[in-house]
Amino acid sequence: MLALHEVTAGYGHFTALWAVSLRVERGEAVAVVGPNGAGKTTLLRVISGVIAPRTGTLAFESTPLTGRPPHEVVARGIAHVPEGRRLFPALTVAENLRMGAFLPAARRTFAETLERVHALFPVLAERRQQRAGSLSGGEQQMLAIGRALMSRPKLILFDEPSMGLAPVMVLRLFDLIRKIREEGYTILIVEQNVRQVLKLVDRAYLLEVGRIRMEGRADELSEQDFVRKAYVGL
Amino acid sequence: MSPGRLLALAVLVALAAAPFVPMGGMRQYVLHVVIQIFIWSFIGQAWSLMGRFGLVSLGHGAFLGVGAYTTTLLWNFYGLTPWLGVVAAVLLAMLLAFVVAYPCSRFGITGHYFALVTLAVGEVIRLLLIAERDWTGGSLGVTLRAPGSDASLLAIQYADKRVFYYGGLALWLAGLWVWARVDRSMARSAMEAIGEDETAAASVGIHVTRFKLGITMLSAGLTAIGGVAYAQYIAYVNPETLAGIGVSLRIVFAVVLGGMYVLLGPTVGTALTIALSEYLRVVFGVKFIGMAETIYGLLLVIFIIFLPAGIYGSVAALLRRRRVPAAAPA
Repeated sequence: MLALHEVTAGYGHFTALWAVSLRVERGEAVAVVGPNGAGKTTLLRVISGVIAPRTGTLAFESTPLTGRPPHEVVARGIAHVPEGRRLFPALTVAENLRMGAFLPAARRTFAETLERVHALFPVLAERRQQRAGSLSGGEQQMLAIGRALMSRPKLILFDEPSMGLAPVMVLRLFDLIRKIREEGYTILIVEQNVRQVLKLVDRAYLLEVGRIRMEGRADELSEQDFVRKAYVGL
Repeated sequence: MSPGRLLALAVLVALAAAPFVPMGGMRQYVLHVVIQIFIWSFIGQAWSLMGRFGLVSLGHGAFLGVGAYTTTLLWNFYGLTPWLGVVAAVLLAMLLAFVVAYPCSRFGITGHYFALVTLAVGEVIRLLLIAERDWTGGSLGVTLRAPGSDASLLAIQYADKRVFYYGGLALWLAGLWVWARVDRSMARSAMEAIGEDETAAASVGIHVTRFKLGITMLSAGLTAIGGVAYAQYIAYVNPETLAGIGVSLRIVFAVVLGGMYVLLGPTVGTALTIALSEYLRVVFGVKFIGMAETIYGLLLVIFIIFLPAGIYGSVAALLRRRRVPAAAPA
């Protein structure tokens, strides 16, 4: 469904990704793990079109995606749950969800999608009129996911969803993402919480200083391998 | 009909009839003040289309000047009627807006930095107008060439202020209409999202650059029309009154004073600032030179500090709060 081929990208003179190749098949959940500064966020930015790759190509559903701007990437069916959630804090929960369905195609099915999101996250229906900025961290994360779902995506990118959440909330969050998977969405998730994320996904990549170091099925890769590689460097 | 609509209709009828109300020798003066309020309210509305979304421009004088000078020079040198000249004026102002706003949007120049860029643009246009004195008359300005005996309509020059009164009224109503249209459009939610967080807005599929450019060019084009209207009315253009920092800031102050998030905010603010400066001018006359400006400035500072939503914006919010508990069942 999504394929990156030898993608190199960076900012100015700094190169954050070196010839990264990666695939996500339809219906799959794939994780990219790695320490801080490995280039995980840059990878997602390249996919969502915020930065263009210097060399290499991207394709989504067998059509090129290289260098397309963010609004077009969303229109093609890739939603992004950004790092730090990036809600519109002064807008209400309902308005945030409405913004998620900004594109014409999503607007047409707004009522139906909203019902599904409310079924998935009942708390968002209860807090409809509340300002997004006044929600708890966990609720904000749900709203960020709900907003992404409102665009009716085929593929959802998660950027460090567990960051800044209490440990108990992290477990609940991963349960939610599992539920979203079961709804049939394809998922690409970038995480530092290796232990939890490996229980969730089918396959995983280890990204380290801008290069893919390891890849494989999640159940074959032991957590130790990843943790050793990722954090100790052995 | 709802009370609100009834009131609006009554105000419109009163405004339409006003020029025929006997006012003694005051008629010309009153008409002059009201025409100015119409035109500058229209310009304030145009400014607030950007301002309410956090695109604070301190250089709208640039668009005023481009508009006013384009029609004036086309008329004076080529005899082109301002009815066509205004098309050129709007296109030029939009082009200027594009040239300024596109790089700003691409390179992430927002907030205060954007305001500083616009401030500079306003000054550049003023200096250009002064420097190109063979065309523009430099800092002395240009008088609109008087039309032939019965070419008033072609030249949009009339001795009777009532023509400009009704023209100004129509312009003001058109400005309200545009403002309300934008207020109810998707562009409004897109711009609000962009104003809060550009990255987040892009992540939900909003084409950030397109919306910012669109609203900026709309604002610039309307401002140019306002500049043309003012030039036609006064029949004289001058770099100080139609470009540069002074006039740019007066637009901003009026809108901020009235409230930029409500439909009638720019009008209320403009009416108050014009009434205030007229009043101070009459009271102080030539005594205490500069006193009128000082009081004017001080009052503005006080209002901006204590009523950040603007006078009309604060009153409207207060009324809404009163009405809600009254409507709820006890």
